[in-house]
Amino acid sequence: MTEKKVGSMTVDVDAEGFMTDASQWTEDIAKALAKEEGIELTEDHFKVISFMRKDFAENGTAPSIRRLNKAGGISTKDLYSLFPDGPAKKAAKISGLPKPQGCV
Amino acid sequence: MKKLLILGAGTAGTMMANKLVRHLDQHEWKITIVDKEEEHYYQPGLLFIPFNIYSRNDVIKPRRDFIPTGVDLIMSDIEMIEPDNNRVKLRNGQVLSYDYLIIATGSRINPEETEGLKGDGWYKNIFEFYTLEGACNLQKFLKFWEGGKLVLNITEMPIKCPVAPLEFLFLADWWFTEKGIRDNVNLTLVTPLPGAFTKPRAAQKLGDFLQKKNINLVSEFSTGSVDSKANKIRSWDESEVEYDLLVTIPTNMGDPVIERSGMGDELNFIPTHPKTLQSKNWDNIFVIGDATNLPSSKAGSVAHFQADVLQENILRAIDGLPLKEDFDGHANCFIESGFGKGLLIDFNYDVEPLPGKYPLPGIGPFSLLEESRINHWGKMMFRWVYWNVLIKGGELPIEAQLNMAGKIR
Repeated sequence: MTEKKVGSMTVDVDAEGFMTDASQWTEDIAKALAKEEGIELTEDHFKVISFMRKDFAENGTAPSIRRLNKAGGISTKDLYSLFPDGPAKKAAKISGLPKPQGCV
Repeated sequence: MKKLLILGAGTAGTMMANKLVRHLDQHEWKITIVDKEEEHYYQPGLLFIPFNIYSRNDVIKPRRDFIPTGVDLIMSDIEMIEPDNNRVKLRNGQVLSYDYLIIATGSRINPEETEGLKGDGWYKNIFEFYTLEGACNLQKFLKFWEGGKLVLNITEMPIKCPVAPLEFLFLADWWFTEKGIRDNVNLTLVTPLPGAFTKPRAAQKLGDFLQKKNINLVSEFSTGSVDSKANKIRSWDESEVEYDLLVTIPTNMGDPVIERSGMGDELNFIPTHPKTLQSKNWDNIFVIGDATNLPSSKAGSVAHFQADVLQENILRAIDGLPLKEDFDGHANCFIESGFGKGLLIDFNYDVEPLPGKYPLPGIGPFSLLEESRINHWGKMMFRWVYWNVLIKGGELPIEAQLNMAGKIR
């Protein structure tokens, strides 16, 4: 585990840059992390982020795209336009959550 | 009389019926198993049908032949599971109550989940091989196909038997070579995964195989829709792959009854304790095989290893003892690689497939993550083992838990 400077703050991250302690997350950290991914966060982004964080708090894993569709009411199309190239992973990273579990 | 009810008489459910009938006192317990179809499919065999290696009769037998005396078999669809009332409503009107419930309702393909997949091209130049109907239709199509772009597309993960798509491509490479038309066939794997397989070392090894066999790989492609007019698949981020023949692995989901009963996740898989196989929400419900939401492979070998653990835990639960946390995610898969050879992988929740040797008294050793003829014969012999030993709940000389002997890190 390593520490990473995000703007003026320091957070714990794993080898791939996913935060390991969701409680260190703030909206400012999200904005800074999003910037690294080339994304300027809007209100629509924060709707996704707040669902993801709530779902993670309840279930202990970062939600999949399908879960974001079904339980979060966010369409896959919207997810791809908000978080291009792998929305589940990218949105989890910006939301301060661990990498969504790969499947076997 | 106390009642144990099993839903689903596939690989996992049939094994559990055979195991438990030997251990539960027939004067105390009534065991019932429910399924809607008369036929039991040897699912690993479906892969071989398109290439004319197996035919319909090699992969079907009557379910009844494998349900032991002392277990009631009811043929009906399941209308609803009512876990809070300890009862199950069947479509035929019967209501079954239970003391313990084992859910083994499996997973199935849902081509309807992808826009355009079941359009004009379905079973014309778009096929699947996860159902008997699909595999047989593909066999007919391939018989006279003269070549072109064959795209194998994994729509989304998880899927049943995650090595089957690779095996299909390896066999296709062999089949078209034998037919003398390999030069006219372009083979491409299109997958949402970052590589050829889910686990890094096997992904690399199998990726090398794809290259060696001249099979293209398009990775991180999340299929959004299929355009069967233009013969293209399109990803959510608007990239496209053209095909002449599309072999699709559609979205895999748990049985619709799980959704109707409000017991599953967004793919209708049931939240299950990863080591005990007890349902996360109901103490007297256990889940086995493809129906679970566990991060283990959806495969018959996994169901087999789970069955050993589940037998013990059902008996312990009945006696009021704490459950054993003995299931380690163990999977063991032969991978057919074409030209009469195969690979073997052996892994669990924590240990990815590693190279080395797999010792098996009397027959082995099999080589791990390496091609060999004996691995191919292991795979072909397995059909006999499946019908005659495995689903009858017999013992195989393989431990339920992963063993490191012979493996090289």
